Amino acid sequence: MGTISRGFTGRRSLADAKLPPGQYLTTDFPVLSAGPTPHIPLDRWEFVIDDGTNVLRKWDWKSFRDLPTETITVDVHCVTRWSKLGTSWEGVSIDTMLADVKTDASHAMAQSYGDYTTNLPLKDLRNKQAWIAFRFDGKDLVPEHGGPARLLVPHLYFWKSAKWVRGITLMHQDKPGFWESLGYHIYGDPWREQRYSGDE
Amino acid sequence: MAGHVAGQHVDVRVTAPDGYSTVRSYSIASSPNSDGRIELTIERLPNGEVSPYLTQELAIGDRLELRGPIGGWFVWRTEQTEPIQLIAGGSGIVPLMAMVRSRGFSASTVPFRLLYSVREPGAIFYRNELLALSDHNHSVGIAYAYTRAAPKNWPRPPSRIDASLIADTTWPSNLVPTCYVCGPTPFVESATDLLIASGHGRDKVRTERFGPIGERK
Repeated sequence: MGTISRGFTGRRSLADAKLPPGQYLTTDFPVLSAGPTPHIPLDRWEFVIDDGTNVLRKWDWKSFRDLPTETITVDVHCVTRWSKLGTSWEGVSIDTMLADVKTDASHAMAQSYGDYTTNLPLKDLRNKQAWIAFRFDGKDLVPEHGGPARLLVPHLYFWKSAKWVRGITLMHQDKPGFWESLGYHIYGDPWREQRYSGDE
Repeated sequence: MAGHVAGQHVDVRVTAPDGYSTVRSYSIASSPNSDGRIELTIERLPNGEVSPYLTQELAIGDRLELRGPIGGWFVWRTEQTEPIQLIAGGSGIVPLMAMVRSRGFSASTVPFRLLYSVREPGAIFYRNELLALSDHNHSVGIAYAYTRAAPKNWPRPPSRIDASLIADTTWPSNLVPTCYVCGPTPFVESATDLLIASGHGRDKVRTERFGPIGERK
């Protein structure tokens, strides 16, 4: 147990039991980004899966929106400690987008407009664990929250859910993305509280 | 805790006697220095869970559990030589003040400008220190924006920052400054849009968004 803070009583909430360690519940939806919000016109938007050399698959907005979609409700957990439960999204499953892609890659780097990147094991993007989401809470995803489309990977800290996503580069070894190069954990499992690079 | 870089923050954990604990992040307000102490500036939120405790209950001699320093992006290092534009909204001044103090502590002459937006004059943090800086040569150019109530005879009526204020008080984009913008999210969105519109490269603008956390709506 940590150092007792003399005189602190705190405010517990019933929902605390369902949260990963060190998180608290918010009904808000905070915005955190490293830089300015990109604004991408839909007629220029594209999503590319490549292997670092060759483009394997590519969609423009129209062909992307022709793909089958799902509506999902998930909890999201930010490394800055807020958690938002029961968030509703509509998106295309990454399983759908990887369906015709033959690869023996082990990892992936999500690439965003505005040069943000984040890395994940490829298996964390498969098996109904990840989506390219374009609607939140019944409305088109706004730029502040990553619109027109963001990666959504709710089982990891939310910095892995890259906003303004524009593609995935498949890799044969892991490589740190933006925040991972700046002291954040290479994997980021909220249930093991893997926030920073020193964490187990 | 190891020495820090201006702009970094710490995670403060408070623990009740029954073991319940919660953590909040606070920017380090002090410059990196040699005496091993850090200063945190904490805004008391009326409905906050932790800030009322830290600002009203905590007494000299009490122990706090900290983790950090954390942060590798929204930082200013004394090795940087380019002009620096700081834009603060409300309590967003805290990490920017650490940068200003770091510049002072290292006797740097890197050109700094600060645009500090507050609701009204009483809301200015570090007032006397900022006043002293304004009076000094080789110091930081400081401009204020008042959004609800301005001092008497202030040339601008109370208003949010806009393109004309950016043009009048901040480094022009052709000097290629690195810009640091900190404050509540709507403020940061607006200020960064204005900077980009006035010609600053997107890669030259770093942001940190603050805000009350926990149940709000």
